[in-house]
Amino acid sequence: MSADKIIYNLNNFTKVYNDRTVLKIDHLEIYAGEILAVVGPSGAGKSTLLRHLNFLEQPSEGHLTFENNNWNGSAPPLDVRRKVTTVFQRPVLLNRSVAANVAYGLSVRGKRGELAEQAIARALSQVGLEDLAKASARTLSGGEAQRVALARALVVKPDVLLMDEPTANLDPYNVKLIEQIITTVNQKHNTTVVLVTHNVFQAKRLAHRTAFLLDSRLIEVTDTLTFFNSPKDSRTAAFVRGDMIY
Amino acid sequence: MKALLEGLVQAIGLIIGLDPDLYEIIWFSLYVSGVALSFSILVGIPLGAFLGLKQFLGRRFMMALLYTGMGFPPVVIGLFVYLMFSRSGPVGTLGWLFTPRAIIVAQTIISFPLVAGFTMAAVMGIDPNLRQQLVSLGATAWQATLATLAEARIGVVVAIIAGFGSIISEVGAVILVGGNIEGKTRTLTTAIVLETRKGNFDLAMALGVILLFITFLINLAMIRLQGREFIR
Repeated sequence: MSADKIIYNLNNFTKVYNDRTVLKIDHLEIYAGEILAVVGPSGAGKSTLLRHLNFLEQPSEGHLTFENNNWNGSAPPLDVRRKVTTVFQRPVLLNRSVAANVAYGLSVRGKRGELAEQAIARALSQVGLEDLAKASARTLSGGEAQRVALARALVVKPDVLLMDEPTANLDPYNVKLIEQIITTVNQKHNTTVVLVTHNVFQAKRLAHRTAFLLDSRLIEVTDTLTFFNSPKDSRTAAFVRGDMIY
Repeated sequence: MKALLEGLVQAIGLIIGLDPDLYEIIWFSLYVSGVALSFSILVGIPLGAFLGLKQFLGRRFMMALLYTGMGFPPVVIGLFVYLMFSRSGPVGTLGWLFTPRAIIVAQTIISFPLVAGFTMAAVMGIDPNLRQQLVSLGATAWQATLATLAEARIGVVVAIIAGFGSIISEVGAVILVGGNIEGKTRTLTTAIVLETRKGNFDLAMALGVILLFITFLINLAMIRLQGREFIR
């Protein structure tokens, strides 16, 4: 992990829906090549943060810069936007085969043919689903569907992989598999990973740094060891201990 | 029952006998309804997709208008088109009344609300999170819309079938604006009305059977478009 290179920079960032502030971050830097876990109770603004990092929404106020470019409240150009992708908590797959679902990100980029086929096969084998390539995506179990979602994200070789509770409601086998893939992708391709999770143990297992969101505010962000062993904020400590009721 | 059977026999005879007048009527019916349906698809599918996917001020009003259009009596649309194209009407100088063009205009107005309305319903039935996830995978707004329409393809094909059914079987508006002129604006439905009035029930039945058969064949072809390769 190269801790120096900043890929995202949020400054005086505010998101307001119907006069309600759903996310307010005075300052947050995300480094290229790191795994940043974002933890916090439901409704803290974790998913809102991810949608902004994927440029699916624009901040109401303040700045969000990506690779030192500030798009001033508008979505960045397509080639920049395509460097980032998200694996959602509840993936919606196309009513096509598993392989066709994985192919989608490539086909919208105009990539078809032999090379694309090979990339799809690699992505499927990475998530252990090569045998299901021709199966209908609608027949998959929850864990398999989530792995297809991961494969369709990985196949486009994103610089930034955003993950929104990717293992919520999954069995331990699938959780372990997905966690291993996250670590591998981060180490092999230096992919920046921002992982939203309500599971503090997952953050502890995977992340280089961990951020704590509470009531739409960023309370603390620091390296994962410090976060769990000696957090500065008493609320972080309470959350880590499991004392916080949510 | 006798008329039905005789009609069926005569229909087979007419088809096998390659009756040129009959083929002209069939061809003309398919031509005007085909062109009208094409216009309806061109307008209706984008409009339906837009209404189904976008939130904007006045959307409910637009939807109410569309639903009204779906249930609008075709003969009233015929009357409206008639008045528009009649000599003293606003576009009377075009001279389209009692020509295939007037029929196409009327049939387009009849069928496009059905195509748009059913497309809208089909698109609204698709998981709203799909679009965001496709955009996140790098799709442009246009690519995401196309993929959403493809997901809704079963409903979109139903929209086209409904649009086609509403005009291939329509008679009131076609008679009003087309005039049922032999060799010029006579369709299968207007021919049926005429032959029934003349008391030629066998021929009328034969034409009815042919109309049903053609509609059936076309729908069979459209079902293939739905591409239900994942029947479980």
